[in-house]
Amino acid sequence: MLKFTVMFWEKTFTGGIHPDYSKELSSGKPIENAPLPRSVTIPLIMHTGAICDPLVKPGDLVKAGQKIGESSKYISAAVHASISGTVKAIEPRLCFTGALALSVVIESDGKNEAIMPAIEPDVLKAIKEAGIVGMGGAAFPTHVKLSPPKDKPIEYLLINGAECEPFLTCDHRIMLEETELVLEGISLAAKLLKVEKVFIGIEGNKQDVIDNFKLQTSNFKTDHKLQIVKLETKYPQGGEKQLIKAITGREVPSGGLPYEVGVVVLNVGTCAQIAKTLHTGMPLIERVVTVTGKYLKEPKNLRVKIGTSFKELIEFCGGVTQGEIKKVISGGPMMGIAVPSLDVPVVKGTSGILVMIEEEARLPEPEYCLRCGKCVDICPQYLLPNYLADYSEKEKFEKCEKFGALDCIECGACSYVCASKRNLAQLIKLAKAEIIKQRITK
Amino acid sequence: MSELIVSPGPHIKNKADSVGFEMRDVNLALIPALGMGLYYFGVNALVVILSGIISALVFEVIMVRIRKRKLQRQDLGSAGLTGLLLAFCVSSATPWWAMAGGTFIAIVVAKHAFGGLGFNIFNPALLGRAFMLASWPVIMTTWLKPLDAITTATPLGLLKEKAISTDLLTMLTGNHAGSIGETCAIALLIGALYLIWRRTIDLRISLSYIATVVVMALIFRQDVTFHLLAGGLILGAFYMATDPVTSPVTKPGRWVFGFGCGFITMIIRLYGGYPEGVCYSILIMNAVTPLLDRYLQGRIFGRKIWNTV
Repeated sequence: MLKFTVMFWEKTFTGGIHPDYSKELSSGKPIENAPLPRSVTIPLIMHTGAICDPLVKPGDLVKAGQKIGESSKYISAAVHASISGTVKAIEPRLCFTGALALSVVIESDGKNEAIMPAIEPDVLKAIKEAGIVGMGGAAFPTHVKLSPPKDKPIEYLLINGAECEPFLTCDHRIMLEETELVLEGISLAAKLLKVEKVFIGIEGNKQDVIDNFKLQTSNFKTDHKLQIVKLETKYPQGGEKQLIKAITGREVPSGGLPYEVGVVVLNVGTCAQIAKTLHTGMPLIERVVTVTGKYLKEPKNLRVKIGTSFKELIEFCGGVTQGEIKKVISGGPMMGIAVPSLDVPVVKGTSGILVMIEEEARLPEPEYCLRCGKCVDICPQYLLPNYLADYSEKEKFEKCEKFGALDCIECGACSYVCASKRNLAQLIKLAKAEIIKQRITK
Repeated sequence: MSELIVSPGPHIKNKADSVGFEMRDVNLALIPALGMGLYYFGVNALVVILSGIISALVFEVIMVRIRKRKLQRQDLGSAGLTGLLLAFCVSSATPWWAMAGGTFIAIVVAKHAFGGLGFNIFNPALLGRAFMLASWPVIMTTWLKPLDAITTATPLGLLKEKAISTDLLTMLTGNHAGSIGETCAIALLIGALYLIWRRTIDLRISLSYIATVVVMALIFRQDVTFHLLAGGLILGAFYMATDPVTSPVTKPGRWVFGFGCGFITMIIRLYGGYPEGVCYSILIMNAVTPLLDRYLQGRIFGRKIWNTV
């Protein structure tokens, strides 16, 4: 029996910011298919974990959905061809992060022929074979997430539909247009985790989604209790720890994982992909990407083949209406990464492509800290970003560690609010990397 | 196709807030009190205020030159504010050269010697005032009667020396002897409301400061409203103690900072040699601010105990 309630008050966490969301640029645009790319560049690492070994060689003919990379390591995700055609090269190519990654380049034959997929009845195995990863951005392999340690019973499954990053609307559209797939995916994941209760967290700025879920769940049969939680529209509401805190009131211990408080969090896009794979047997070879920007001619939500270049998608959206493209961000403006070239490909974790012109791309120069404490007030991890950044600047990384640098979730809210426009988050990230490096060398 | 800019995230910043805006806000908030000060103390007050602001700006420009920094608009806003605040907490009988001495200590010693805006340990205006009080005690305790220019004592002084109390209406409107900007509680509160609305000041400090004064006044069976309105308490609690540079950034630290200010203010008022203790209480708490930040960080998300370093 389905039990369904909508709460009329909005839940949230302590801290956070209210940036300019600019979601109206693309939130009303239904998902449409991007044109078939002329060629795709598929990195053999698009996930958190071990890189895959290529299973094909240059000259091979491949079909869409064919596995082209795999690793024997547990924490990894298989890689598949997203179009049919010829393997042109297997070589290091530039990724959105600015690093080089071994990639399979496939030139399209224009037919987009797919493999005849065999439907795998074992859900966990199917997810692993399909190379499904968290599609919210972190790209952690989903089969690992759905296999929690035996001694850690999972009480709740949390579905992350917050989409707190400004500009992004891909999860919004998925929740509106693929509601049934999302609900099915939730049901499958809940069964795997043996949880009874599922919470779906959605920010209050997506009332249409909340209403839609209400409608669709009345016809949906599941053994699990589904509850929609309306969350306050606040960044970083969709941060894993903040979502868990807002919905369950539990705090993931410092340095720990959500298992430790009996929770697993999945993104709505991941849920839809799980259901899709179980239905059709097709692995993760395409995803919804929000291509947007204040000066982009036609912002869109596109279903894109993995490996399509950013350039093709921006051209499909008509380019910019004035000025020149000066900065392109993979992801949202808060946690996204500015890409070094428009040739970088869409990967499994690419939720958005944000195009900026000169006047948006240039940020004010940082000044001295006035200790106003705004960063301290809004830090969702209750850290002291001004001190962390100071110590990081002076390379006092042991101090950073004592001030809890490793607890930083890198949401960037501190840099956003800083009246002196200091790059606090960047300095803290640097300190984190140094602390981890020193630990490894010890 | 031109080159793409690759820079660290976040790629958007809050445009509605900057150092310059904050200085402007505090300067704006002081206008009502400025008007009342000029009304009550006339040309004398104008001379004190102008000599404070001008000398502060001159020292700032000189120091920025000496330190080979680029002069920015907020530097002038901040120095002007320091000069204005210093003028607000002295008598209208102060000569211009004493003001120049005070701003020298405020800008050159309290601020630039410590590394400039953002690095100073003590509130520059208050350190300037403390220096003036130590150097020219007679000048600094010569108070003029509003609209009249006859020397008289402040309400706190009258209470301490002659046990004469002043009525509430006089205290609220500020029609009594005192520093230029501190007498009219209503004007100061209007400015404070503006700062609260603009979220420029942190109320934790102001509230705990005032609450502590109320509680102490009750404990020692004093007139509560008198202690709230007398002397520089309102000016201190909303405009001086809340100076972000010299107060803690942590939430628990701010509560304790306000408490400390209130406690020391009342101890000085009740037992000290001076009738007023706002200036020294804030300076003393400025000195312990680094310790408060260190030991009162509060709890990090996902941890059970408070973090101290």
